[in-house]
This record gives sequence, C-alpha cells and structure tokens, in this order.
Amino acid sequence: MASDYAIIGGGIVGLSTAWGLLKRGLRVTVLDGDDGSFRASRGNFGLVWVQSKGMKQPRYAQWSQASAAAWAGFAAELSDATGHNLGLEQNGGYDLHFSEESLEATVSQYEILKEKLGGDYPYEVLGHNALRREEPAIGPKVVGAILHHQDGHANPLNLLRALADDVRRLGGQVLNGKHVTHVDKPDLFRVSCADRTEVQARKIVLSAGLGAMSLGSKLGFKAPIRPQRGQVMITEKLPKLINRPSLIARQTDEGGIQIGATNEEVGLDDHVTQTGLSGLAAEAVAAFPALAKAQLVRSWGALRILSPDGLPIYQESPDMPGAYLVTCHSGITLAAAHARFLPDWLEGTEGAPNLEAFSEDRFTLS
Amino acid sequence: MKTVSPFLEIDPQSDHVLVRFEGQDLSLPLGENLAGALLVAGVMPFRHTPVSGAPRGPFCMMGACFDCLVQIDGMTVQACMLQVTKGLEITMPAARGAADA
Amino acid sequence: MHNADLIVIGAGPAGMSAARRAAALGLSVLILDEQPAAGGQIYRNVDRASAARNDILGKDYTHGRTLTEGLHHENITHLMGAVVWQIEDGTRVAFTQNGKGALAVGQRILLATGALERPMPLPGWTLPGVMTAGAAQILLKQSGIACQGAVLVGSGPLLYLIATQMVRAGVPPLALVETQTTGDLTKSMRHLGGALRGWPYLVKGLRMLWDLRRAGIPRYVGAKAIAIEGDQNAQAVTFKIGKSAHRIACDTVLLHHGVVPNTQAARSIDIPHLWDGAQNCFVPEYDAWGRSAVATVFIAGDGAGIGGAKAAALAGEIAALEIAHGLEKLSEPARDDTARNLRKHLAAERAARPFIDAAYPPYAGAIAPPDDTIICRCEEVTAGDIRRFAGLGCLGPNQAKAFGRSGMGPCQGRYCGLSVSQILAASNEISLDDTGYFRIRPPLKPVTLGELAAMDVPDMNEVQN
Repeated sequence: MASDYAIIGGGIVGLSTAWGLLKRGLRVTVLDGDDGSFRASRGNFGLVWVQSKGMKQPRYAQWSQASAAAWAGFAAELSDATGHNLGLEQNGGYDLHFSEESLEATVSQYEILKEKLGGDYPYEVLGHNALRREEPAIGPKVVGAILHHQDGHANPLNLLRALADDVRRLGGQVLNGKHVTHVDKPDLFRVSCADRTEVQARKIVLSAGLGAMSLGSKLGFKAPIRPQRGQVMITEKLPKLINRPSLIARQTDEGGIQIGATNEEVGLDDHVTQTGLSGLAAEAVAAFPALAKAQLVRSWGALRILSPDGLPIYQESPDMPGAYLVTCHSGITLAAAHARFLPDWLEGTEGAPNLEAFSEDRFTLS
Repeated sequence: MKTVSPFLEIDPQSDHVLVRFEGQDLSLPLGENLAGALLVAGVMPFRHTPVSGAPRGPFCMMGACFDCLVQIDGMTVQACMLQVTKGLEITMPAARGAADA
Repeated sequence: MHNADLIVIGAGPAGMSAARRAAALGLSVLILDEQPAAGGQIYRNVDRASAARNDILGKDYTHGRTLTEGLHHENITHLMGAVVWQIEDGTRVAFTQNGKGALAVGQRILLATGALERPMPLPGWTLPGVMTAGAAQILLKQSGIACQGAVLVGSGPLLYLIATQMVRAGVPPLALVETQTTGDLTKSMRHLGGALRGWPYLVKGLRMLWDLRRAGIPRYVGAKAIAIEGDQNAQAVTFKIGKSAHRIACDTVLLHHGVVPNTQAARSIDIPHLWDGAQNCFVPEYDAWGRSAVATVFIAGDGAGIGGAKAAALAGEIAALEIAHGLEKLSEPARDDTARNLRKHLAAERAARPFIDAAYPPYAGAIAPPDDTIICRCEEVTAGDIRRFAGLGCLGPNQAKAFGRSGMGPCQGRYCGLSVSQILAASNEISLDDTGYFRIRPPLKPVTLGELAAMDVPDMNEVQN
C-alpha cells in the first residue's frame, strides 16, 4: 500500500517531520541509512537555541523562536508517549565573552535584530560579577555574557530514541539500512533503494542531511549544501558545575560536560584531531577553570549540514511537485517546528507557516 | 567498608606509609599497586556509580574497565594504575548531583 | 616531542621482542607503555617479583626476563607509565606521562596492545568481589596478593593455570565452575592432529588438571544459568549442572572465558577488522608481516588475534624485520632468511590453538545473557535494552550507542563492545561483519582537559624540542 509520505532520512529532521505528519493521521514511510552513515542527529550539541540566529534574516530568528516556544509542549507529549525524559531545560543560555569589545559588538547587533523583531528578543547583559553570581564556576578571563532567556538545551540522543520509538508506535513504517539510489514519479512517487526495496508515496520529503548533496539534484533541487566539521567532546559525569548552557560548554542531564565545537571546512572528514581537541579544551578551561581537572571521556567529529547562508532550506521541487527538500543545521532547535508547523506547509493547509525566506530562490545567481 | 579482607600478601613488605581513604587512616606498603593495597586493607567498595549509585570495586586490574576509580587531588583516577605514595588523600569520586543538593 | 624510527605501543612480549630486534638492526625505538615496568600483563612485574612469587607463578612467567633484559639497548627508549590516547596520520602519537600530555612522531608504529579478558556478562557480575581471573593473576604477579576462598567461573586453560597458582600460593579456590561441556571436547577432537604438534601445551594442561585433582578442588563441568548473588558484595555463585541447582557461598568470584584482542588503538585509526568465528572475536586485518591497511602501522601479538606469549614475541620480531627493511636497514634476502625460521616456530606455537578454541568455547549464557543482565558496566545498560534498540531499528552498535549510551563511559566499550555487537547480530539476524563494532574515537583513555589545554600551542613540536 502506498504511503502519503515517503521520508528519505531517519534522523531528527526526518523523524520529527514524520511524527508531525503521523499525528495528522497521514501514512508515513521513513527510509533510514545504516550504522555508519554520517549522522548529525547523534553528533550534535543539544542546544535549543535562539540567540545569534538570523542576524541577517529576522525570519530565521522568528522561526527559531517559534520552535523554541513549541518545544516544551512537544517534549511533554513525546515523553508521555514513550517514557523517555528529553532533558529539556529552557532557563536561558549564554554567549560568553572574553573581551569587552566582542561583547559590545554583539550587543549592538542584537539591538538591531531586536528592533526588527518588534522588541521580542529578551536578553540581558551580565558583567563578570553578575555572571559569577549565576555561574560560580566561571573563570576570571570571562568579562561577561549575554543571557538570552529563550535559549535552552535538551538531551538530543533521548530525543532521537523517543522519535524512533513514537514514530513506530503511531504506525509509521521505518525501513533501516536503506540507501536510496533513485526517485521517479510514474504516477505516485517511487523511491528505489540499493537493495531493490521500493516505496510508493503521494509525496516525498528529502531530509537526508548530507545525503541531499547527491540526491537533491535527482529531484530537481539545487541543494547547495556542504559539510562543516564540528569537533565536540564530553567529560566524565560530574557534580553540578554549570547551570546554564553556552556555545562553549553545557552540563548534560547525565552529568557530563559537553564542550564544543570547531568549525572546519574539511569536506567529508569527520575525524578528531589533537589540535582541535586541545583548542576546545583551552577555551573551556578559560571559561570554567575547574574543568582543568575533569577527565575527557569521549570526543567525536560530526558534520554540520550547511547552506551557503547557514539558514535552513524548505523547498518544493519545481520539477517534481510533491517532493520537498527539508534541510537545516539546527535539527534539535527546529525539531518542534518540524513536528508542529512543517506538516501544515507540506500539506498546504491554511495556517501553514510562511517559509518563503527559506526557499532555494535565494541562491539564484543575479 | 569491610574490615576483613579475603586478599592477603604472600610476601609482605616492611616499608609502609600512611594514606587516607574516605577520612580513614590506612597503612599501606610504599610503592605497591594502589588498588591491590586497598583491597588488602579491606577497602570495598571503591566507589558508587554515577548512574545508579551501585557499589563497585576493582574488576580487571589492568587499566581497562575503569571500575576501580577513586578521587585523588580532585581528579578521578584508576587505582589499579597508581602506586602507593606517602600521604595520599583518597576519596570516592564525588557523587553526581552532590553539589546541587 | 619525541622522534623515533619506530614507536612501539605496548611493552608485552610482542612489543618487547619487536623493539629488541629493531634496535639490533639499527633503528631508534621508542616504547610507550602504561605500566610502571616492562612485561605486559603476561610477564607483569617480572623483573621485580620475589622468589616466593616466582615459585608460585612458574617458569613460563620468569621466562619473560629474557625479553625484558633485551630492552637494555642504546637504541631503545622505554617510557613507562605512558598512556597513549590518540594516534594520527599513522605517525603521530599523543600520550600522557606523569600528568603531562606529550607527542611522539615515528616513521613506523607497531601496535602491540595485547589482549583483554572476553567480557563475561552474568547476572551480578558488576558486584564488588567479582573480578576477572586475569585480575587475580595480576594481583599475584604485581603485588604478591592472593585471594582466599574464591570461586573460579568460566572455561579455558588460564582458569586452570590460575587455580594451580592459587593452590601453590596456599590459598586454593573453593571450586571451579566450568562452562565447557563434554560435547565441546568431542568437537575439539578433530583439531587434535594440529594440537599434537602443540603437545607441550596439552601436556601442561593435563598436568594442571591433575594438580587440581590432587589438591581436592571441586570441579563442576557444564555449568549453566550462572549468576552471582549479593547486594553490596558478591555472596554466592549459583548455577545448574543438568537439572540440579547449586549454590556456593563465597565473597570473591573470578570470571574467565577466554581473552580477545584489544583492538581499541587499531580501530581508532580505521584499520578494518573481520569477525573470526573460531576465536569468537574481531581481529584486525594485516599481512604476513603484520602491516595494516595504514601503511606505516603494524600490528603484532594477541592484539592481532589470540596466539599466546610466545607466538606474540615471534610475530613482533617478524614485524620488526619488515619495518627495518622498509627503512632500508635490512636487505630483502636477509629479511626473508631470518623470517623463514621465525615463521616455522610461529606455526608450531599456533598449532594447539584450534583445539583449545574448540574445547573451551565462550560461555553461551554470557554471549546471550538474560534481559536484565548489565552489558555496559559504565552506563549500566542491560542486554534487554540492547534487544529493544534492535527492535527500534538499530542495525549496528553505533546507533545502539546513541539510543542507550552503551559504550559511552570511560572504558570506551572495552567491556561491552563484543556483547553489544553479538546481541544485535542475534536480534537482527545479521552477521557480525555486517553488524560491525563501535567506532572508536580518541581519547583511547581519558585525559584531563588541563593536559589537553596545555597542548594548545601553535607548534607543539618546537616548544617541546
């Protein structure tokens, strides 16, 4: 039997979209890769984050804000259904600064964005002493921080597992270990895999992360995405040391301190380097000196999925109507939006979000 | 902590030094493998896990399993990879969540 | 910053003999080893062990001195207490010594990382008082510490060896609970032809069994449904022989059902591994000289597949010959001439292996443990959890790791990796090779952020020179 949707890619983006569609009573088949596929879903930093996003495109800031606001309800529903605690905390997050100049420069940019957003950008600037009251472990080199009250973090692995669990529970068909080789549309869409599996569907969503680099053009998308390596590391489980997350470090609900991340243009190389780790460690120890004695237990390299301007792409194929490209580098932050709002856009229902700012038209050469 | 240990030294060594484990004074052979010396001294468990709080002690004695973790000088270290030195202050690794109580 | 022609990681039999041979051929050799003295686990502390200990441990142990003595060579630098945590580019090694991070660069690297005890997850195996049998032997070698009133559980020659050593130390075990069956012995008989070439090992095995019998140590053979009881510490071992249930009260339980290659370092640099059905473990791929898929990296010893100490030493020498040849310190004919003789001995050393592997297979109850048995000791993930992750579409251990944290703790999956792969393979009904293994990443052993941060300098190489 044909599905309403075939979703290519069973990571956080694909599964949260599938979950939202299933909640609307649609039939969904998800095609997922194998154990060794590049998976940003299991390599990310776990932030549910608003600040610094959309500095040049307020619509992206709004979209992130809408998702952050929807996260609590989304997490509660998913937790109730599966029993998995998603570890969501939305008590604000920091952008830590080591110089007054960088702090002031960032604040002036935030003020511009705040005005474009009609004032909905609740942040405050904490000087060193005020920050120290909030974060007793902060080091003397940190001059201050921007505390943004819409920021937070979650347990991204528990989110992945909960979605994998609940998508099945809601009747979604998930096919693992699939390598999609071809898509055509004789009548319905027909998705073909290397192992000769075929899936038929009324519509398809391409949410394959870096897989869209090769599949995108076959479906009529530009899909101008590239990998960017982020090395990330995590310590042994520690007593409470850090209260709120920042882009430098966050304490997970498991107790480990997660430290990130590098930004490296190295193609599809997801290895970890000693120089990368040392750089991250130096910054983390500068921010929280007590971390010097913490044992690093794991590190990994994960590949961000970046468009030229860093924003998500939501695009219906001009060549194959009914095929949609959904790709972003903030799958955790946007999970709630993909679960709650994206299905309306895919179905073209009234109240669908306006996602024109994220179409591929913006990449047209002028 | 147990008082009677099933572990005993076959060829006891004379040169002992004082160390402390969880505030208790112990006289251990200098230079001896720390995990072994603690076992002979009747120390058990070495720690409680950060996941469930279950008690643990040495398991592999070769630095692979990380079950003999203790805390020395603020660092979590493997007792089986260290030697006894004078005046070691040893505690169980801090329990997770200890600081937010 | 250290420079050497050859960096040897691990000072066990393979590493020591390779270092000696390479040094004799004119190569500068740097040995990095975690322990405070050379010997590896098999010859641990052999240079310092007392006469009383040597009597207990026997001649096979003191033989190790011939190898440790070989390290006294002007071309060999042996860094003790050096914990390797990253290998890059097949030539750069990052390690920690005395609380400081350091780098070494070698034209070649030899991985001689030895073996680990095969994980033996049983109900109760995480309780204090439960150790590996190897751990008990290390206590004896390293510290002259013996444990009274222990029960040995599992299978294999090492179990008998440790039991006889405990008898000689005057602290005989309460009992041996053995998991192999008479059926296993029957199946192993077809390997007897090869084993006869390895007859010295078999004679030793029979002598050990005779010693145990004479000492009156009870042996329970064909044990099933083994569990360890206890709350704060092990209190008893329970098991079944046929239909009859047994319970032996004890506060120390020593587990052993074979050893497996320690593949962490090899996996961390993407050397491919294949499942070895006879040895029930993954082994790295390498050629007749020990050269891996990373051209500058060689592997020798039990880390390349279990063969024992003597085979390891021979394989180490063979690798050293090719390394010296590659660095133009040894002609091809000289290399081949020396290798020919070494290979002959190596074949003889390996001859008894198929018989031993078949006669003492891993305990089936620990390969497929009950659902509530902890698999991952660090993160306390159970066998049932892994089976549920298979049901959620986890085809391999890396997705299962993300779903439930198995392998994420400080041991980096050393004591759960094989179990996770085997449980997933069984649940998904796919082969071990298709299931695969954890992707091992640095740090191979935990390293403090302070040490890492101290290495954040523009050119570490210059600074340390």
